[in-house]
Amino acid sequence: MNNLSVDHLTGIRDLTKEDIELIFKTTDSFKQVINRPIKKVPSLRDITVANLFFENSTRTKLSFELAEKRLSADIVNFSASGSSVKKGESLLDTVNNILSMKVDMVVMRHPNPGAAHYLSQRIKAKVINAGDGTHEHPTQALLDAYSIREQLGTIEGKKVVIVGDILHSRVALSNIYCLQKLGAEVMVCGPTTLIPKHMEELGVHVSHNLREALEWCDVANMLRIQLERQDIRFFPSIREYTMLFGLTKEILDSLSKKIVVMHPGPINRGVEISSEVADSDQSIILNQVENGVAVRMAVIYLLAAKIER
Amino acid sequence: MEKQVILNETQVDLTIRRLCYQLIETHNNFENTVLIGLQPRGIHVLSRLKEQLESILNHPIVCGNLDITFYRDDFRRREKPIIPSVTNIDFVIENKNVVLIDDVLHTGRTIRSGLDAIMTFGRPNKVELLVLIDRRFQRDLPIQSDYVGYTVDTLISEKVSVEWKATEGADQVFLFTKNEINE
Repeated sequence: MNNLSVDHLTGIRDLTKEDIELIFKTTDSFKQVINRPIKKVPSLRDITVANLFFENSTRTKLSFELAEKRLSADIVNFSASGSSVKKGESLLDTVNNILSMKVDMVVMRHPNPGAAHYLSQRIKAKVINAGDGTHEHPTQALLDAYSIREQLGTIEGKKVVIVGDILHSRVALSNIYCLQKLGAEVMVCGPTTLIPKHMEELGVHVSHNLREALEWCDVANMLRIQLERQDIRFFPSIREYTMLFGLTKEILDSLSKKIVVMHPGPINRGVEISSEVADSDQSIILNQVENGVAVRMAVIYLLAAKIER
Repeated sequence: MEKQVILNETQVDLTIRRLCYQLIETHNNFENTVLIGLQPRGIHVLSRLKEQLESILNHPIVCGNLDITFYRDDFRRREKPIIPSVTNIDFVIENKNVVLIDDVLHTGRTIRSGLDAIMTFGRPNKVELLVLIDRRFQRDLPIQSDYVGYTVDTLISEKVSVEWKATEGADQVFLFTKNEINE
């Protein structure tokens, strides 16, 4: 297979296993490219990409921008603060105005679930979802899965636990879809209040005991508590959360096997993960960041191949 | 019309040997020279040259493979994108003499991409080109080869195919005419 089955990347749910494998194969090549003295290829020199960030982002925005620049695309950046969105303009109007400036691809982060899908149905440009509310964050899941594959050789048959605020996490949902499509077993672990009801219907295991979950897994993906999305208190205190669900060196060393530790960032050191663990040789957090650029280059490249001339 | 053999196994072997001696004439003991095969088909020519050169010179030759997919000028102009192959250059090319190697030189566009791709690894002292088959009078770009195995005059509608013992079972070069391709 040389082509993606989708025209937009709005979620992992829409991708096939073959799509993900094609993205990974292309990522392998881009990883070689970004480790050369000249890290740039000319493939997208006739493509313009708009990065629309209606929600704060550091890592994802930088990573997308770098990926686009490494592919030689022209870029326009937009962030909601200081824009006409604040003056009451609708999403579609904002985007159509940007597209009338001949933009071929839109990378969008938006606080509302389904925003990327909504846009993809209404505009001609290719859409990449860079996070839509608590729904999906497909490129994060792809880079997480790619990093696991790089570390363990394969994803098939591996056990991955996602620990933390599953309820508010778009990373968790995209990771579950992605890992399951690639044949991994997934468990979610966290306080009862932060795990959505009916989670088992997605075919994932549920645990409320960190040690039990860590003993089960090959990989632990530690998520941040998303206080900005919590309008009520879901647990008594951060201190209590850390005591029950924080990953420390003591717990890691007491496990019967050496597991891989991941974190999508930003890290709250001393809350969901201790500094010692984040900086340990079992942590692949910085590999995830490096792979993020290569994975996003692959996604942009493969979708750009579908842009009509 | 029928598929025509341009070079048979013996002729391929003789041609490879001649190319090796031509390379030695220019590059002596390859002290400052590296050979780079262009993916996907140039690497087979490279592996045969390497084998012969090492047996003649009795020391290893520095070789690598280069994928040019992302440097091509036909991205979004093909029905399906090309899946990239592996690049394998684990040495410094800065100030080295580089010999790019491919099986067939046709329009020159692949070589143009190869030149762009190799420059991303540094600034070589000199770049030369070696091809097994030169389809002359078919160039889209002003590119010529420094070492040529065999020159053939073809029509645009014809196709030249190089087959190798390791992949197709025999070392042979074929010329396909339009009718043959349509079948």
